[in-house]
Amino acid sequence: MSETVAEPNAEERPSHGTTHPGLFARLIDSDLVHSFRRSRLTMLAALVTLLFFLLAIFAPLLAVQNPFDPAQLQLMNSRIAPLWTADGQSPFLLGTDEQGRDVFSAILYGLRISLAVGVLGVIFSGVLGILLGLIAGYFGGAVDSLIMRIADVQLSFPAILIALLINGVVKSVLGNKLDAASMLGVLVLAIGLSFWVQYARTVRGSVMVEKNKDYVAAAQLIGLPAAVIMLRHVLPNTTGPIFVIATINLALAVITEATLSFLGSGMPETMPSLGTLIRIGNNYLFAGEWWIVTFPGVALAVLILSINLLGDWLRDALNPKLR
Amino acid sequence: MLAFTLRRAIQALGVMIAVGIIAFAMFRFAGDPVNQIVSIDTAAAERAAIRKSLGLDDPVIVQFGRYFADAAQFKFGVSYQFRQPVTNLLMERMPATLELAICATIFAMVFGILMGVYSALHRDGLLAKAFQTISLIGISLPTFLIGILLIYLFSVTLGWLPSFGRGEVVRIGWWTTGLLTLSGLKALILPSITLGLFQMTLIMRLVRAEMLEVLRTDYIRFARARGLTTRAIHFGHALRNTLVPVITVAGLQFGSVIAFAIITETVFQWPGMGLLFVQAVHNVDIPIMAAYLMMVSLIFVAINFVVDILYTVVDPRLRSTVSRPA
Amino acid sequence: MSARQILLAATLASIVAFPLSPAASQTLRYANQGDLKSLDPYTLKETTTIAHHGHVYDGLVARDKDLKIVPALAESWETLNPTQWRFHLRKGVKFHNGDPFTAEDVIFSAERVRAKGSNFLSNVPADAKFVKVDDYTVDVMLDSPNPILISQWDSWYIMDKKWCEQNNAVAPTPASATTPSYAALHENGTGRFIIDSHQPGVKTVYKANPNWWGKSEHNLKEIIFTPIASDATRVAALLSGEVDVIEPVPIQDIQRVNSSGTAAVQTGPELRTIFLGMDQVRDELLYSNVKGKNPFKDIRVREAFYKAIDIELIKGRVMRGLSTPSALMIAPPLFPLAKDFTRQKFDPDAAKKLLTEAGYPDGFEVTMDCPNDRYVNDAAICQAVVGMLARIGVKVDLLAQPKAQYFAKVLKPGGYQTSFYLLGWTPASSDSHNVLHDILGCRDDAKDPTRGEGNLGGYCNKKVDVLTDKILVESDTAKRDQMIKEAFQIIIDDYGYIPLHQQALAWGVSKKVKLSQRADNQVLLYWATKQE
Repeated sequence: MSETVAEPNAEERPSHGTTHPGLFARLIDSDLVHSFRRSRLTMLAALVTLLFFLLAIFAPLLAVQNPFDPAQLQLMNSRIAPLWTADGQSPFLLGTDEQGRDVFSAILYGLRISLAVGVLGVIFSGVLGILLGLIAGYFGGAVDSLIMRIADVQLSFPAILIALLINGVVKSVLGNKLDAASMLGVLVLAIGLSFWVQYARTVRGSVMVEKNKDYVAAAQLIGLPAAVIMLRHVLPNTTGPIFVIATINLALAVITEATLSFLGSGMPETMPSLGTLIRIGNNYLFAGEWWIVTFPGVALAVLILSINLLGDWLRDALNPKLR
Repeated sequence: MLAFTLRRAIQALGVMIAVGIIAFAMFRFAGDPVNQIVSIDTAAAERAAIRKSLGLDDPVIVQFGRYFADAAQFKFGVSYQFRQPVTNLLMERMPATLELAICATIFAMVFGILMGVYSALHRDGLLAKAFQTISLIGISLPTFLIGILLIYLFSVTLGWLPSFGRGEVVRIGWWTTGLLTLSGLKALILPSITLGLFQMTLIMRLVRAEMLEVLRTDYIRFARARGLTTRAIHFGHALRNTLVPVITVAGLQFGSVIAFAIITETVFQWPGMGLLFVQAVHNVDIPIMAAYLMMVSLIFVAINFVVDILYTVVDPRLRSTVSRPA
Repeated sequence: MSARQILLAATLASIVAFPLSPAASQTLRYANQGDLKSLDPYTLKETTTIAHHGHVYDGLVARDKDLKIVPALAESWETLNPTQWRFHLRKGVKFHNGDPFTAEDVIFSAERVRAKGSNFLSNVPADAKFVKVDDYTVDVMLDSPNPILISQWDSWYIMDKKWCEQNNAVAPTPASATTPSYAALHENGTGRFIIDSHQPGVKTVYKANPNWWGKSEHNLKEIIFTPIASDATRVAALLSGEVDVIEPVPIQDIQRVNSSGTAAVQTGPELRTIFLGMDQVRDELLYSNVKGKNPFKDIRVREAFYKAIDIELIKGRVMRGLSTPSALMIAPPLFPLAKDFTRQKFDPDAAKKLLTEAGYPDGFEVTMDCPNDRYVNDAAICQAVVGMLARIGVKVDLLAQPKAQYFAKVLKPGGYQTSFYLLGWTPASSDSHNVLHDILGCRDDAKDPTRGEGNLGGYCNKKVDVLTDKILVESDTAKRDQMIKEAFQIIIDDYGYIPLHQQALAWGVSKKVKLSQRADNQVLLYWATKQE
């Protein structure tokens, strides 16, 4: 939702991984793994997250139908209750929706979309944010001022508002040429452009610290290009914090996609993501067809919860002060 | 200091101009307002005439100039759906949104601080664990799901609280308030919780982290050594020290809360600016969308500006760097 | 006008409001999906808005609970000859501000409703000349006979000439007005209710008019109207008793509302016909993988589409029984001979065969445009159609959008911007001529921009146009109906359109309220009674 989850300590964070280049590697070796083993909740969260990714990847093998293919949907099979209830029918484990779409299959395929948008969105925003952060930090001056002012403004807007606007602009520019598949790209773009700021700030902060150090001066002296210095020497020092931000942002990206789809600006009904399924299902909640909204809702909540638990643990593990 | 303030002011102005350009460009190309104004059986010639009278046929640069000149005087034109000046509509809706945002913030502060303090002092207690769980749920459930859940539980199943709207409101001057009637107060509860839950989580985590940190400092150790009671240490010193960042964050988040109200207001049909905005998006009501964006930006820029200045006054070290925690 | 001035005006209005009669003692709360957009009765031709205005304004005529034309501000009328009508006005009627109602107001309103900016131009024919005979008699002169002259006068509301002149509101407020006129923010009708306060998008309060000229059937002292766009919220509000009447109830919630014990759903067939249209004009479809030709120009393809759709299954599953499958492009209650038509049977095998004959044994791809917030379960109907067409090999890419974007696309000037679409139509005149002219007429925007205005796919058969023109002027009802029947048969034989069904009305009404439902979906609360 808002990007402030990881915030209050964002400014301090760079210092953990940065001062001693080898620290992060050592953490991975000992502390991190150790604390992971110690926390059963974290292990469970990791397991669930992994399970969700596997379900999404192998969806075509596990689903009884392809919910995106209208030829496979039978209107005759609409609104069937889950299998264990009196009105249940095989093979519809979690029941069907008003189009005869198997809810279980729809969740699997919906997960694919939600996770694909989330992961691609995070990668996109990460690359964008890191690049801008490096540029701002390394060059300073007017470039820095411009990038950081944009970042400032954008950070105070909730990502959902930005995503809603970007989504609307792209949709209206491309207009009616947009099909369901390219909608996916639009969502990635919208989410990517809404979440780059934190990376940029973190990377910039760390670059500012690093660039006055002797080894950077030395690298400059031997004539290494700026791009090489930044990518090879400065960037690795920020891996830890970036990883934390990426994990937490994955959860935020999934929420943002779901919210956009819920508001009707995301994935269409013919290619539903979890958010779209909840929007459709919400219309049938009062009618007693509770399974259409409940299962996608639970799947979404559990997915986000697991990723958040992982992110929380990662942050605490990388920030010894909080322990 | 003056130079710094001036520079910040110019930057803020630049931001507003940029937002204005974006607002205009965005909404200039989004959908066809004419179709929203007329019904389906309106003749093509009539449609063309309406296009012309709205100035939609003018060169884009002319439209932009006109837009900006008006916006500078807080004139955002007339809403396509309501056929009333957008400024009036926004003013009419503003009390609803502000009241909701303030209640949500108060809810978030009170419960966030209480839960944060408790879980810092009793780190491994059962209740502290429960609070941690609540906070996780608070950030893991999308706002719309929380709203649907609360409505289903408290309005539909139990029938305790209203599911939509503001209830009876009392008019005081240009302000309308739901705080003075029973139905108005009842109507505020669910939306405030929905909107405030996320902020509450945030504040709770912040208070807990800050408390833990402060409790570890020498200053508290001295206090302990001086023989002060635990209660005095916890609340007189530790908590007081955490309140500054908490209030700062809550203040900065206030803009976010207002913008976030979009989702909450949609779920609860709360007659505020957010709902107006969502309705405008669905109806391609360009003047309202543009005005809302400008208005919200103005609030954000103003808050950021004030905080920047205050920070610099409080901590001169910050003058050289731009960054601050959001 | 500033917010403060509006407030001031509203306060003044509430001070001078009439004392309440003791019998009318109930407050009725009403929520609708749509809003009341303007108080000027000539600004927006839209069912919800017209119904709202009907509470505060009266027309010369009105429609009763069965949609029959009945006298209102005109007590009676007669046709002196086919081109001259005489209207006798009701005496002693007063506008809400106390001004008396006279022939001047009728003539003024006839001018205003046809002036530039009015959205109701077609309600009163342009050739009709209004002539004052005396203070309470008006003659209408026509160039050619028009048997359906007054068919749309029930939504042509009469305004106060003096009030409009005083408040600089002589011209109708155009939908595109950049400054709202006085009449867009205030009302001064002769109707049963007086608007006490109006906050667009939030709340509108009506108070009963104790001085109304007729005999009130309601027992209300006030109506509080709130727009609630969200389906779930609207239903929840009804079930919790926060509102007494809602429109519409989503069909999937009807059962729940009925079993709640506190409210019930009043259903009935609506007059709107939902249908599918196909682009039959372009040489190559804008959105299809068939290049160099337009498959919809082939009647066999259109027939195949028709026969591939299992309308009964859509009725049972998507509409939950609440639709009337339709053979015609008009609702049966509006055309007496509709009973002579039956819809063709669902026959996927024949459809497949027709496609093969037409040269598409493996089907083809086409994009379908569909609104998703305009008609009852519109997007779900489209999805079902997509599935059914998939079974005969046609791959349909569905583009379901909010009505703003949908109408922006399909109604784009120049036309034929959609290849395949779903649309709904209610003839404003409650007469077949409107359908034959607006939807089924050949479209030639340069020659006559009004004919075929809603004919988005450009279906054209000159024989239909010839019949339509005769139907307009024919006064013999039996002969006229035969001609209408003939025209509809041509369209059926051409497979020019695929009619689907008439959707059902669904109003949620508290058990405390008794309310009459009219088939045109105007929610008229002046027929409501509420008990404590």
